Order: sequence, then structure tokens, then C-alpha cells
Amino acid sequence: MASTAAPAVTMPADWRDFFALTKPRVMSLVVFTGLCGLLAAPGSIHPVIGFTAILCIALGAGGAAALNQWWEADIDAQMKRTAKRPLPMGRLGREDARDFGLFLSGLSVMVMGVAVHWLSAVILAVSIFYYAVVYTIWLKPRTPQNIVIGGGAGAFPPLIGWVAVTGDITLMPVLLFAIIFIWTPPHFWALALFVKTDYAKAGIPMMPVVAGEKSTRRQILAYSVALLGVSLLPWAIGGTGAIYGMAALALSGLFLALSLPVAFRISGEGDTMKPEKRLFAWSVLYLFALFTALVLDRMVLA
Amino acid sequence: MTPEEQQELIRRRKGRNLAVALAIFGFVVLFYFITIVRMGD
Repeated sequence: MASTAAPAVTMPADWRDFFALTKPRVMSLVVFTGLCGLLAAPGSIHPVIGFTAILCIALGAGGAAALNQWWEADIDAQMKRTAKRPLPMGRLGREDARDFGLFLSGLSVMVMGVAVHWLSAVILAVSIFYYAVVYTIWLKPRTPQNIVIGGGAGAFPPLIGWVAVTGDITLMPVLLFAIIFIWTPPHFWALALFVKTDYAKAGIPMMPVVAGEKSTRRQILAYSVALLGVSLLPWAIGGTGAIYGMAALALSGLFLALSLPVAFRISGEGDTMKPEKRLFAWSVLYLFALFTALVLDRMVLA
Repeated sequence: MTPEEQQELIRRRKGRNLAVALAIFGFVVLFYFITIVRMGD
């Protein structure tokens, strides 16, 4: 896939094109969840080291995003949402994007290892490899479970943030990982339900295209039920206080309530897809609110 | 290459040089503070 000809690049790239390669908007969510993991972890970390850990998570995510776009330039060119990215537009050389991604990835892991410690550096390296190779190159074009697998990549930041503080992997950071992992499929499939035509054109086996709308809708409901259970686990095992527990119950309850109308309907011709859009919008807000509650809970308890 | 393209090329190169310079300077400052903190451990 990476071998087909890209548009000839005549001009050296603008720095903004390199910046766009790092998917800044995705990075903001990564920085937020990573920071929450770091703040919610028991123990303390020097602010300079904590800042460095978050910076490394952001750089690693940026590097992985650049590698993702290097590999998917042809696919991106075929979809309306991604056609304006620097590579499909020919504003940047393909090899430059690859080298930039490799450099950022290597830099983030090395700095994390030297400044914070090597366990979080190793997990960061695994997460980059997981996103850029296991997900992007290997499984995304091959299976409709791609989003489930891709969710694993997005689930790493709070785990890394937590481990940066504690230096070991315990059940709590693994549960934070599990929450984002379970959250991703209903979040993304809600989006995929109202933009599915693009993915079909680009040959990506998204769930609504492969398994059909009905099955996708039922799976959104199944994951929403699972999310309610998993999001309550940190409280159930005594890892958090009631502030988090109540917030998780309310937020996940609303998530489930919004997924019900999505699960039990079929879209018609010229459908406005309101329930799907509402669920998608809530899913983004949900993650911010849940992790904020986690940090608040810890700050009040401490 | 037309004069306009030449000018655009110079503008972009300048922008990238500036971005790289800022990034390097930022890392120098960051590593200075990391070193101070780590020496105190």
C-alpha cells in the first residue's frame, strides 16, 4: 500500500504540515487521559518529571499518528474527512512523514526512559508499535473488529501516566485501560453509522459496512452495557471513593440510555441520524467527565 | 522556479528553521531542569 505513487512534491513542506501529521486533536484527548492517569495515581511525582512524562506521551502519540498517515495516505485520499491531510494533498514527502514519525517515536521513548523510568518507556514503545504496526498496518484493513483492536491503542495513555508515578502495573491502571478499550467501539461505531459511505469507498472493513447496520447497533448496545459495568469496577474494588462511583454510575447510565434508541432502530432514506450523532457527542464528553471525576475523587480523598 | 515560488520556498524554510530552533531550545531547558531534579533524588 505504501508503494503507490504520491503526488510529486516540489516545495519543501511548511512546519504546519508536520504539525498536522501528529493529529493535534487526537493528541489533546491523549494528553488529557494521560494526565488524569498521572494525577489519579497514588504517590507523587515531581512536576518537572510529570510534565516530561506527559510530553513524552504526546510526542509518542504524534509519532504514531505520523506513521499512521504515512501508511494510509492512499486510503486518506479517498475519504472526504481525510483527503485534506498533508500527504494526500501532496504538501509533504511520504518518506519525510515516515522519518518524522520514527524520529518522534524514538525520541519520546528515549526521553521517557532517561527522565522518568524505563517501565513507562517500554509501555510507551509497545503502545506506539501497537497503533502504528498491529493496528494500522496489520489489522485495520483486514478485519471489521479493527475498531475494537484500535481501541487498545487509545487506552494506553492513562496506564502510562499512572505507571510514570507508581513505577509498577497494578489492577487500577489496567481498569483505566479497560474503560477506554470498551468505550472506543460504541464511540466510533456511532460515528461510522453516519459516515459509513466513505469507509466503504476506501475499502476499510468498518463494522456497519461488513456486518450491517443492525448488527452494529446491537453491538453498540452490548458495549454500552459492558462499559457501565467496567466503569464501576474501580469503585467496586475500592480503588476510588464514592465521588467517582456516583459519577461513573450517572455518566455510564446516560451513555447506556442514549445507546438504546440507537440499538433499536434502522435508518431510512435521507435519515438525519440524530440518535447516533447524540450518542457520539455524548461519548466524547463522557470520557472527559469520567476522568475528571476520577481525578477529583483522588484530590478530595488525598 | 518563478520568483514567487522562490520567495515561498524561503518563507517555508525560515518557518521550519524557527520551529526546529524553538524545539531544540525547549529541550535544552527541559533537560536542564530534569538534570537538576534527578540530581536531587
